[in-house]
Amino acid sequence: MEPHAEPTAPAAGAGTLAQTRDLFTNFYTFEGVVRALNGVSIVVNRGETYGLVGESGCGKSVTVRSLMRLVQQPGRIDSGKIVLFLNAANRSRGIEIVERTETYMQSIRGSDISMIFQEPGAALNPVMSVREQVGESYRFHRMEQMIGETIERLEKDRQGMAGADPRRALRRMQAAFLRAEREGYRRCAARITAIDDELYGLEERGDAEARDRTHALDRARDRTHPRGGSSAVARRVPVLRRYRRPLDATIHGHVVELLRSLGIPNPENVAQRYPHELSGGMQQRIVIAMALACHPTLLVADEPTSNLDVTIQAQIVELIKDLKRTAISSVLFITHDLGLVAEVCDRVTVMYAGDVSETATVKDLFRKPLHPYTQGLLASVPKVQQVEELSMIPGAVPNLIRPPQGCRFHPRCPMRMDICEREKPATVEHEAGHWVACHRYPGSARSAS
Amino acid sequence: MVTKTDPRHVRTVHPRLRELLFTVRRFLKNPLSVIGLALVVIFGVIALIAPVLEPPRYPDPYRIPHTGFRIQPSPPSPEHPLGTMQQQYDMLYGLVWGARSAFRIGVVVVAANLLIGILLGLLAGYFGGALDEVIMRVTDIFFAIPFLVMAMALVVAIGRGLKAVIAVLIILGWPSYTRVLRSDILVTRSRDFIMAARASGASHLRIMFTHVLPNAMYSVLILASLNIGSTILTAAALSFLGLGSETGTADWGQIVSLCRNWIVGTPTDRFAYWYVVFIPGFVIALFVLGWNLMGDAVRDVFDPRMRRR
Repeated sequence: MEPHAEPTAPAAGAGTLAQTRDLFTNFYTFEGVVRALNGVSIVVNRGETYGLVGESGCGKSVTVRSLMRLVQQPGRIDSGKIVLFLNAANRSRGIEIVERTETYMQSIRGSDISMIFQEPGAALNPVMSVREQVGESYRFHRMEQMIGETIERLEKDRQGMAGADPRRALRRMQAAFLRAEREGYRRCAARITAIDDELYGLEERGDAEARDRTHALDRARDRTHPRGGSSAVARRVPVLRRYRRPLDATIHGHVVELLRSLGIPNPENVAQRYPHELSGGMQQRIVIAMALACHPTLLVADEPTSNLDVTIQAQIVELIKDLKRTAISSVLFITHDLGLVAEVCDRVTVMYAGDVSETATVKDLFRKPLHPYTQGLLASVPKVQQVEELSMIPGAVPNLIRPPQGCRFHPRCPMRMDICEREKPATVEHEAGHWVACHRYPGSARSAS
Repeated sequence: MVTKTDPRHVRTVHPRLRELLFTVRRFLKNPLSVIGLALVVIFGVIALIAPVLEPPRYPDPYRIPHTGFRIQPSPPSPEHPLGTMQQQYDMLYGLVWGARSAFRIGVVVVAANLLIGILLGLLAGYFGGALDEVIMRVTDIFFAIPFLVMAMALVVAIGRGLKAVIAVLIILGWPSYTRVLRSDILVTRSRDFIMAARASGASHLRIMFTHVLPNAMYSVLILASLNIGSTILTAAALSFLGLGSETGTADWGQIVSLCRNWIVGTPTDRFAYWYVVFIPGFVIALFVLGWNLMGDAVRDVFDPRMRRR
């Protein structure tokens, strides 16, 4: 793309947390290439709840899955950039993740970005108890902290015991093994921090030499695994392995506390249970607990309430709003429920068939929708005092293997012009903070080439 | 149920112990699983205390002692409680020590098959692509050749004997496990909780072994426990065809092979030698039945989706 005089998408600012730029994600199926995302650009800022709205199959889920690099086979991110600004010290330093390795993504997922899934019943592993599943997040990302707390507890325990108590020796031994393990995690974390710092620097340079160095660093980062120092053998030997039991107890304690903070009654008992023994609302809370365990900066909620009944829906929405205030920085909320969007979101992007139609603050979007698709959507929401028949958008979502030329919405658009069939409209900032991709708005036609 | 939700109870009994007790109780509730378990345990005990039941008379305990070379089997008598086979091989001795061979064949072969099958099936199903294609085409090759023909050819190539039979059954047995497991893994891997595990930062190895495998393993485990029986049958068939163990080895297939000429009895009395047909056949059938019943029980007990019903 040649540089434009005017920006064609919202640009990343100082408060940006995540940004996608011209994201194209395609699915290579037997019938042909499904062009699921057609250049999606969104910007999620710190501290906001961002809504992604659109009908089924418009690419909402694919967008967030691309954002987490979790696009399923046979899908692939073909071009575009995803930049995350996760560096706590310097928030303007972003890192581009489409090029990063899978191991890098594993260290981010669940720790900095996590996700709540649509169907709580399906998102839980049926053969793992709740505490094992929620505890996994701590085991993946917070081992150093968990081991530290365990050692502290063991020490305190030991001091409280009589001098001749044989358990004192046991506690000391357990603590010694755990210290060795923590040492391994620390060394690994230090190495990764050093690598990441260099990566941030290289990201800003962006020349060929920097790219080579980036690849080398990626590989070095992949090789860095916490080996647990001298306890690496001990934690694999059947009887010796028991030194880790206090650690399991620590993790269990964290899980129970987390469940309690999410308003789950009798958390000790629930932690022992298997998913199918819990109700739908409870299951969704467990899914949320899994996502929140490590206090992520961005929580992606993929239609978290669509499969719950209305009372539970209200509870879950309240819970997410609460958590937004207390625990997490930003929420990316996917839904097709416009009422919910008005209720929880700060800014909204409306998507249609893999395209971004319109991005605005909630107030602007509902007061003054610009895109014909958004207007159609809002007109088809039933209102309390409505007398006449509900309006609807004629036609159906297009087949994305052979999407319509030009603007993908033109076959269904009531305000269609000739140019709509030929050219894809560019996204322009029609008013401050209100972006729209439609030929009816000045500037759109000009920048499309 | 009241005791389970009582918080005091939860605190006093260790959760793992509680689960184990529940498992045992669940297992004992079904009479068929108890029968299966009992059969397998009885055979196991017989195999274990074989030297006590029938002290070996030769340096190699697996050689069945025989008193004389008379060709006709003789009926049960005080010296030979279950009668003798052709050439006066002692039936009881053969069956008791044969139980050891049966366990050796069944357990070793199925365990090895399971190991190979699970590993390859997991790789093929989870990663897909070219690896999947290669592994599945190899299994196709195995399935294209009739099992017994291939087994016979291989035994002849390797050389006779129990060890050769075990090796051949291991080489030929794994493809069915790989196939069954792969199909289950294809189903499991596209389920939401795998995506959820990836979204919380789990590595591929972790997902494979703690999320995919435990959810996809049941059919393979059932297949394995059912196959312990049929493996014994196949080994017996090879022995019956004269390709298994050497004549006079304590192996059930060998016993059946020694008795095959006497199945129809004499022209005047069709059931003259009923004992050489009925006794080893009955023993093999019981053994296979025991493992099959165990197989169903294993599924009912260890699948959390089934066990709480």
